[in-house]
Amino acid sequence: MIAKFYESLYRIRRVEEEVAKVYPTDKIKSPVHLSIGQEAVAVGVCEALQPEDIVFITYRSHAAYLAKGGNLKAMIAELYGKVTGSAKGKGGSMHLVDVANGIMGASAVVGTTIANSIGYAYGVKLKRQNNIVVCFFGDGATDEGVFYESMNFAALKKLPIIFICENNGYAIHTAQAKRQSVPDIAAKAAVFGMPIERLGDDVLHLYERISAAVETLRSGGTGPFFFECETYRWKEHVGPSEDYNAGYRAKTEAEPWMQQDQVQKFAMMLDPQQRQQIEQAVEIEIAEAFEFAENSPFPPDAELYDGVFA
Amino acid sequence: MMNRNNVSYVDAISEATAQEMAYDPSVIVFGLDVDDHKAIQGTTKGLLAKFGPDRVFGTPLSEDAMTGAAIGMAMCGLRPIHVHIRMDFMMLAMNQLVNIAAKTHYMYGGQIRLPMVVRSMIGKSWGQGAQHSQGLYSFFMHVPGLKVVAPTTPFDAKGCLISAIRDNNPVVYVEHRILHFQKGPVPEELYEVGPGKARITAAGSDITLVGISHMQIECLRAKHYLQEKGINAEVIDPIWLSPLDVDTIAASVRKTGHLLVVDNDWATCGASAEIMAAVTERLQGEMRFTVHRMGFANTSCPPTPSLEYLFYPNGRTVAAKAFDILKGSAQNWLPNERPDLKEIEFRGPF
Repeated sequence: MIAKFYESLYRIRRVEEEVAKVYPTDKIKSPVHLSIGQEAVAVGVCEALQPEDIVFITYRSHAAYLAKGGNLKAMIAELYGKVTGSAKGKGGSMHLVDVANGIMGASAVVGTTIANSIGYAYGVKLKRQNNIVVCFFGDGATDEGVFYESMNFAALKKLPIIFICENNGYAIHTAQAKRQSVPDIAAKAAVFGMPIERLGDDVLHLYERISAAVETLRSGGTGPFFFECETYRWKEHVGPSEDYNAGYRAKTEAEPWMQQDQVQKFAMMLDPQQRQQIEQAVEIEIAEAFEFAENSPFPPDAELYDGVFA
Repeated sequence: MMNRNNVSYVDAISEATAQEMAYDPSVIVFGLDVDDHKAIQGTTKGLLAKFGPDRVFGTPLSEDAMTGAAIGMAMCGLRPIHVHIRMDFMMLAMNQLVNIAAKTHYMYGGQIRLPMVVRSMIGKSWGQGAQHSQGLYSFFMHVPGLKVVAPTTPFDAKGCLISAIRDNNPVVYVEHRILHFQKGPVPEELYEVGPGKARITAAGSDITLVGISHMQIECLRAKHYLQEKGINAEVIDPIWLSPLDVDTIAASVRKTGHLLVVDNDWATCGASAEIMAAVTERLQGEMRFTVHRMGFANTSCPPTPSLEYLFYPNGRTVAAKAFDILKGSAQNWLPNERPDLKEIEFRGPF
């Protein structure tokens, strides 16, 4: 299990580091919102899921996409705007999708996928399917009205859904305390009568707690469940760089998170040989994915008008 | 037994819904009060008893999230019908419809399709006022990825709803409260009145009147008034506003040389502007023709009857405008109201 978790953590970290490295070359003409620092939540949650389970993700979801099993080549090609991308170059970094692996898309309009996820969960319940729905969103999404409307409906209909609030403390550059009169997101969800839990970014603990909720739903118990997971964004809101000198936050705020970096923590838990094997395989896979993207063609002109309607 | 030649618009909608729900278990209906004793003016009557509360349910007053939920249901393989008792409330659903529903199929490279219908109705009279009277369909016509339909007759109400439900894309289905009282022939069997085909509702040769939604009725009235002056108007119901059947309208204008679009909305940036522009693009350089339009007065809708009467085009004012176009405005003709062409009396409250 440790090896599997490390592989997922390391893979996400390294993919995004490569994205950040390539970004200044302008080969990726798509605004990237990197998850570096936030990998733990995605991995802890998605490791508790099965391939047929469904996730709704956000514009900062390279991590959740990869953790859920999203196709890496299709992702990198999508960032490059290539026809082999997950959305044939029509989605970009902010709209990753992989239906075959249960990834139902990401929105750049914050909070909007929360409403989509409850509808999907209603469908799962109506059709008596055994899979479950997980909805990722950030603390910023909980400023939006649709968050409250969606929590109410999910609780009212006892939907088979797990809400994961990745609280990284900022909506772009504005801290939670400057936006929310009561900066306690889990408490707001609790008002709707659903079980809540506050978690950090300890992968194993996340995995354990999410697995318990999954098990309840899988065995016919009712949802929803709400988890507020504290985490921290190491990079700027959008783009490949750091922005600790911009004035809205200090490096000292990030340092405790960097010291408890889950990627490093899991690396230390493995024997060096096993670690090296994992890392080598991941490096080869990443190199292949970027090569695939580089070598793929852009969409032909005819693609412009294709797919407006189904 | 129902007289199939005299079926109401309301019954046509409830029948189409019930038949489709029986035909396809993935069709579900929800929206505030779809399951109450009034059943959205009767359009959802009987559905709860027939199909149960999982497939027919009232919702919280949460237009934004419920629209998003409809999208999620469609992603899960359902065919949701989301009902708003007034079109004005759809402004609270704009984000989900414009930013998500319209774009999902394209933005996800064809991986996801969204078969969903959003029903709403436009109010008129009995003091509906500024926020119960708006015909805001042009907002949705503007956005690629959405289909928009505004049927006028009970026959089209049923056929268009069946088409909308079976369509694999989001369809905005626009009713009009006054049209609910229309009666006409409606076949019992399932049939489709599909996207992109207008209907010539009355043939003529002197001027083309395009009437949208309830204004179709006013255009047909105008045709009768114009006959008093020996003018033979052709009347067209576009039925589907997006995709729009420009061919049928342009062919008519090619014949008449004059186009008057009468919209159930303001003229600025509305469906009337789009239809005029599309016909002009099609025919300019080919022939001489004129284009004109009428719509709501450029104000909010006043509830007081005296001002409300002035706010809307009606059969007489449409006839007068058409007469002016053909004969010049100097004669200042306005037909006297004929009792057989009066608006049906609508008593409130809703």
